[in-house]
Amino acid sequence: MIVLTKDTMQILREQDVVPFRNRVRELAVKIGMSLVNQTKLITAASELVRNMLRYANGGKVILEIISKSAQSGVRLTFVDEGPGIADVKQAMQDGFSTGRSLGLGLPGTKRLVNEFDIKSAPGQGTTVMIIHWKNGR
Amino acid sequence: MERIPILKLGPFLLVTIQIDLYDRVALNLENDLITMVSKTGAKGVLIDISAVNIVDSFMGRILGNIASMSRIMDAETVVVGMQPAVAITLVELGLTLQGVHTALDVEKGMELLKTKIDIQYGSLDEDEEEGPDDRTD
Repeated sequence: MIVLTKDTMQILREQDVVPFRNRVRELAVKIGMSLVNQTKLITAASELVRNMLRYANGGKVILEIISKSAQSGVRLTFVDEGPGIADVKQAMQDGFSTGRSLGLGLPGTKRLVNEFDIKSAPGQGTTVMIIHWKNGR
Repeated sequence: MERIPILKLGPFLLVTIQIDLYDRVALNLENDLITMVSKTGAKGVLIDISAVNIVDSFMGRILGNIASMSRIMDAETVVVGMQPAVAITLVELGLTLQGVHTALDVEKGMELLKTKIDIQYGSLDEDEEEGPDDRTD
């Protein structure tokens, strides 16, 4: 896997979300992603960034364009230093939430993107990585 | 603080969302709309989201909340103009907007609202007799 571009955005307030979503859209457009796939990626990113703000008071996102076997994609890595998730498996279930949300965030996000990886432990923050390929497969 | 304008059109309230919402603005809209329903006695709320590129679980929840709150305040809500990519994404995310009426565009939404109100109150053109017997013919 080759990383073609890489930059980082700090997400500390709600107002940072819209510029962040626009930046994700720019990257998706740059590699020629279709509108449906763009929308899926941005929605997924929006869910994750909201989690980061709600549970960890913000964090940073690494935005990359990557290439693997002649296919390009967008990789987003959400890193926070919040309280972490005690039971990741449980958090990945539909309808589970410790906040007052619908509990669709993590499992829903996973359904929207091609690759999804989460690492978290209590007291050690949470890192979520998603990849969406240009053609959505 | 940014606010979304709410227009009064006869017995209806019309809201056109033309910017990407962040959470605070969406919550304000929820509040403002319910206040307006109560103040104007509106019978229907029409929300045009044709310019909205992203509806994530938070925004979806706000739309659902507006519909349930309006119903309690005796008004129907119709969401119109959803982009196809947004619809695809919402369903994959797991959000089906239950209880929210939808229509393809503002015109069809208006018609839908009118029929809904007709069913409840008889034709609006007649003097507003709101008796239960009204609906027999």
